[in-house]
Amino acid sequence: MSRMKRIYSWLDHRLQLGKPLLEMAEHPIPNRTASWWYVFGSAAFTLLMLQIVTGILLALVYVPSAGEAWNSLNFLNHQLTLGWFLRAMHGWGSNFMVAVVLIHMAQVFLFGAYKYPRELTWTLGVFLLLMTLGMAFTGQVMRFDQDAYWGLGIGASILSRVPVVGGSLVHMMLGGPIIAGATLSRFFTLHVFVIPGLMLAFTFLHVWMVLKLGINEWPMPGRVVRRSTYMAEYHELTEKDGRPFVPGGVWKDAVFSAAIIAAVAVCAVVFGPFGPGGQPDPTIIQTVPKPDFFFLWLYAVLSYLPPSLETPFLLIAPVLGIAALLGLPFYAAEGEKSWHRRPVAILVLTTVAVSWGVLTHLGTYTPWSPHMDAWSGGPAIPARFLQTAGPVEREGAVVFQAKQCRNCHSIGGYGGQRGPALDDVATRLTEDQLIRQVLQGGGNMPAYGKNLSPAEVTALVSFLKTLHPANEPSAADAAQAATAFQR
Amino acid sequence: MNESGHEHSSENHSAVVREQDRLTISRRWLLLKMGIALNAVVGVAITIPVVKYLFAAVKPDAEYKSWVSLGPVTNFPVGETRLAKFTNPVRRSWDGETDGVACWVRRVAEREFQVFAINCAHLGCPVRWFPQSQLFMCPCHGGVYYADGSRASGPPERGLFPYEVRVVGDSLQIKAGEMPTLSDSASLVQLGGVKTDSSKGDAPCRG
Repeated sequence: MSRMKRIYSWLDHRLQLGKPLLEMAEHPIPNRTASWWYVFGSAAFTLLMLQIVTGILLALVYVPSAGEAWNSLNFLNHQLTLGWFLRAMHGWGSNFMVAVVLIHMAQVFLFGAYKYPRELTWTLGVFLLLMTLGMAFTGQVMRFDQDAYWGLGIGASILSRVPVVGGSLVHMMLGGPIIAGATLSRFFTLHVFVIPGLMLAFTFLHVWMVLKLGINEWPMPGRVVRRSTYMAEYHELTEKDGRPFVPGGVWKDAVFSAAIIAAVAVCAVVFGPFGPGGQPDPTIIQTVPKPDFFFLWLYAVLSYLPPSLETPFLLIAPVLGIAALLGLPFYAAEGEKSWHRRPVAILVLTTVAVSWGVLTHLGTYTPWSPHMDAWSGGPAIPARFLQTAGPVEREGAVVFQAKQCRNCHSIGGYGGQRGPALDDVATRLTEDQLIRQVLQGGGNMPAYGKNLSPAEVTALVSFLKTLHPANEPSAADAAQAATAFQR
Repeated sequence: MNESGHEHSSENHSAVVREQDRLTISRRWLLLKMGIALNAVVGVAITIPVVKYLFAAVKPDAEYKSWVSLGPVTNFPVGETRLAKFTNPVRRSWDGETDGVACWVRRVAEREFQVFAINCAHLGCPVRWFPQSQLFMCPCHGGVYYADGSRASGPPERGLFPYEVRVVGDSLQIKAGEMPTLSDSASLVQLGGVKTDSSKGDAPCRG
């Protein structure tokens, strides 16, 4: 017996892990399942391990104190050898992990893998998704900058809408009356101890069930899941048309995991770490807080909901959404797995994916936010709008610029997108309508009646009246048009 | 186990052993149940302080709030709205710069002030004042408020959160200490005028 073998048998005699591990490695998987479609779960696991390792390495230096966190992050970025690289790996690892977990979930849904007997595997997976998102949010808080600070404010404002206990929930979340030292301490605890601990336990059970129950077979139209016959059918399939998990299926997992880690590293080197942005001083209000990428969709939703629907939506929609995800495998434990026979599932997945994509895209340029500096910081109103203008119209253009109209209305391609672009507003609104809109506001525009003198209103409306293409007349109401015709 | 010395037939003997095993096993189960019960008692006993510790931050709003000075009233010219900063009365030494709070002070008349929270009533982002158009605008979701704090447009359901205001001697004071949110009692305070006589109670309604 060689020396290595003697050491192995000495260890295994005590550990007793050899046999169960061998069984796990040799358990048969269906041949068609040894596919590149099945690599996302193991990639998510690899990314979790990467996050734990890089997280521990960052914790060697990071100071979880409201007074020092921001400084320690800048120290990591600029002074400590390769501190920026570890921060970048952890940050990009987080983005990749959320993405891979979402893709994994979509794939499992598409392949009907949540059906009998894998309902509980799915349920734990839903909790793992929620915890992944929880890690992403608490991780954004660890990057204790302006965005983190105001992000916490948004979280607290959402919690405060819960009836009766809202105030207590805010105190619990913040650890006190304001966002401060206690807040960072408890989010650090969540990010470093509570959620990762739960995640490891849930991941262990999740993987255990995948190995024990066997990986989902490739869905075939007409191969229907029935509780009474499924187990026998599955075992017959893996015996007739299967191969051992190691190395038959696992080699693709290994290759993909390595590729994902390499991709994280490349992104880390090329794009660098995330922030920290401005220092977390709440008295610096020249800030435009923005959530991290995976919460942009929520940012968009919160902008577009009618005010009266917002609280019900914020409090009810997450409950319904999570309940639907958790309830799915119990509602549809049997039946067809193939996407060829599940049109509703495909429709749901497509709708969710498209909505998510559109909302995220909107979140990247926030058309609902006023451009706070558009009135003072951007290019002037282009000359072509003023070439034929008389003194009153020119004065109107000055009013337009000085009264921050441009923060919400673009002209000549520059300005906010909160309200409509005004390049050709005169073709849409008559003079009377323009005056009414300016004075009384409405349709999401504040009323300027109190803030403009009559002379300013006259000048502004004269300017707005000139905003139409040369070959297109300005809008006129029927009465005016008729009088003009009679003349 | 203390075996009896009597002679039995083997069948009798095994029946006795079985009976004794049954008793032993049931006694062991009883002991386990006692152990579980003991754990439950100890668990409950230590859970109470743990829960109290965990919920220590949950307090009535009044316990967090106190009067804070924003400086002499002369800092705030009549007819203007200016940013004021103060240190939160509830603070810890490791808060760093996060114990700072900003607010908007509007001096309506010689003895009449309105002080608004910096936090938008929608989701708490910091609103900015534009004196030219006499509007507060929020950079996040586009909430807009008029000079008196009332809602102008956008997603907020209500006006800016006002602080209670009083003038003591020369100093402008507000009741502060807590991040204003929809569940905070700040939301219940009427848009307040100033208390002209510092020896009497809270700010009267501006009416």
